[in-house]
Amino acid sequence: MISAVEQGLIFAVLALGVFLTYRILDLPDLTVDGSFTTGGGTAAILLVNGCDPFLATLAGFAAGALAGLITGILHTVLKIDGLLASILTMIGLYSINLHIMAGPMVSVNLRNGKPVDTLFSGFRLAGDLFSWKMVLILAVAALAIKLILDWFLATNFGLAVQATGDNPTMALADGISTRLTKNVTLMASNGLAGLSGALYCQFNGAADSQMGVGMILVGLASVIVGNAILGTRWMFLATLGVIVGSVLYRLVIFWAMDLHLASAGDMKLISAILVVIALVISKNAWLRKVFQRLSPWRNKADVPEPLLDPALVAVPADDLDDAESDGSQERGAAALPKQAPANAGKEN
Amino acid sequence: MLTLTDVSKTFFANTVNERKALRHIDLTLADGDFVTIIGSNGAGKSTLLNVIAGSLPCDQGSIVIDDQDVTRLQDYRRASFISRVFQDPSAGTSPHLTIEQNMAIALTRGAHRGLGQGVTRARRAHFREELETLGLGLEDRLRTRVGMLSGGQRQALSLLMASFTKPRILLLDEHTAALDPQRAERVTELTRRVVADNGLTALMVTHNMSQALDLGNRLLMMHEGEIMFELDSETKEHTTVEDLMARFSSVKGQISDRSLLN
Repeated sequence: MISAVEQGLIFAVLALGVFLTYRILDLPDLTVDGSFTTGGGTAAILLVNGCDPFLATLAGFAAGALAGLITGILHTVLKIDGLLASILTMIGLYSINLHIMAGPMVSVNLRNGKPVDTLFSGFRLAGDLFSWKMVLILAVAALAIKLILDWFLATNFGLAVQATGDNPTMALADGISTRLTKNVTLMASNGLAGLSGALYCQFNGAADSQMGVGMILVGLASVIVGNAILGTRWMFLATLGVIVGSVLYRLVIFWAMDLHLASAGDMKLISAILVVIALVISKNAWLRKVFQRLSPWRNKADVPEPLLDPALVAVPADDLDDAESDGSQERGAAALPKQAPANAGKEN
Repeated sequence: MLTLTDVSKTFFANTVNERKALRHIDLTLADGDFVTIIGSNGAGKSTLLNVIAGSLPCDQGSIVIDDQDVTRLQDYRRASFISRVFQDPSAGTSPHLTIEQNMAIALTRGAHRGLGQGVTRARRAHFREELETLGLGLEDRLRTRVGMLSGGQRQALSLLMASFTKPRILLLDEHTAALDPQRAERVTELTRRVVADNGLTALMVTHNMSQALDLGNRLLMMHEGEIMFELDSETKEHTTVEDLMARFSSVKGQISDRSLLN
């Protein structure tokens, strides 16, 4: 159980990267399947060659970011569709990862009979790898990354990134180079995937060429489940939700295996089914409402407005004049008949 | 301040669908000019705005803003001179961002965007002041997502966002066409005010003839990619919608006769 929470927190770093592309940029980026391994493999090969663990982990971030830049260039310069560009990079990275690791697997536990120095080797030797102390440290790390993301997205550049995904027409008209914002976001996203991979290989004791397979689903499941629980109204809660979602996802898999409902080989299938369920809930208005009722946090968090006036929200067509008039109850009713002459007049 | 010289644009060149959207357009706007453009569908009005904004590259000719040739400049780079309001109320704002975040994006239009906070206390006060001029109560809803606003409110906000930064040129592309007459009227009034208050140079495309006569100091009529005639502010004052309709049909008649003879 502790191990599941710890894994959830490590994968939360990847999920925060997926949040950047899937939610903010509105581009489902499959590169993470490759860049997770690229980051893990790069860190692993540096570690066994005696590199400082912090530097090796940072190199994992950089390697992932580079992979993201390749997708970005394919998409923004060569004008290949975003999803296809990310698939191309992901496939290509498979070979590159084998070259980086000089084989299908690199162990970071022991090298020539001596233990390899990693971020977690101290905890491993002290027997603290699976402890609440470790959970606390990983949670602080994940929250720190989340807070950096929150800060970044609120900067002038971060707002430009958000506008790029939200309304590209407006972004260009307001002087935003969407090519720049897309590339930077893809780099940040895959950098986080690489960082997550670097942490995971040190936690797990090895990097292997298959470790990234299906990571996009892990990330998507965390983002969708987390956002369904905590909402997306406030960025602070949206990114927090991603971490919560990632931990929940690991716990679900842990319990499924604990109850012998599934074996290790079924994990990918569980991932896929979880994403389908989460997507259906988030797309279906009725199910979403039920889900919101059940969720203890959501109600306050995602009411779209302090609801100055319920009628303003209920009747989308109400307008300029309504801001001046009073009487909130009649407004909803009064606004509807107004529609008829409005549409007729448009024909002229 | 804005000079178009011999600007042409052809779509689907050298195919059966070839359409000459702009033919050798020459147009000069002086500082403070507010030009309204009318014309039937396919006259090239929107293409003209898109070519000026840089969303479409022109095939030939040059576009000069303040002595700087911008013909080869990409659209997002021209945004430091030009701001736009689109016909679709949802095109000019970002629905998932709040009112204040949208305004912060407009405020940094064409400028370097760094890692400073987008919405600061000083900026928020500034936005509140600007929103108060709309008289829609939006100044008390700074943290409302723009997607929650109605079409008219969004278009009013778009207009404010496009103008409060005092761009060199304001392009309005049928920005009241998607609104019902009542709201359209209010946005029209708002347009008159923001252009006058900020002393903007503006180009407005419209299908509404009385609006075209009512606003601005110059009126252009376009047809099949050409500017057919222009009214200066004096002539414009004495012209009625009926006069305009008559000239409109005569121009169209001439053209169809000419094409018949050819």
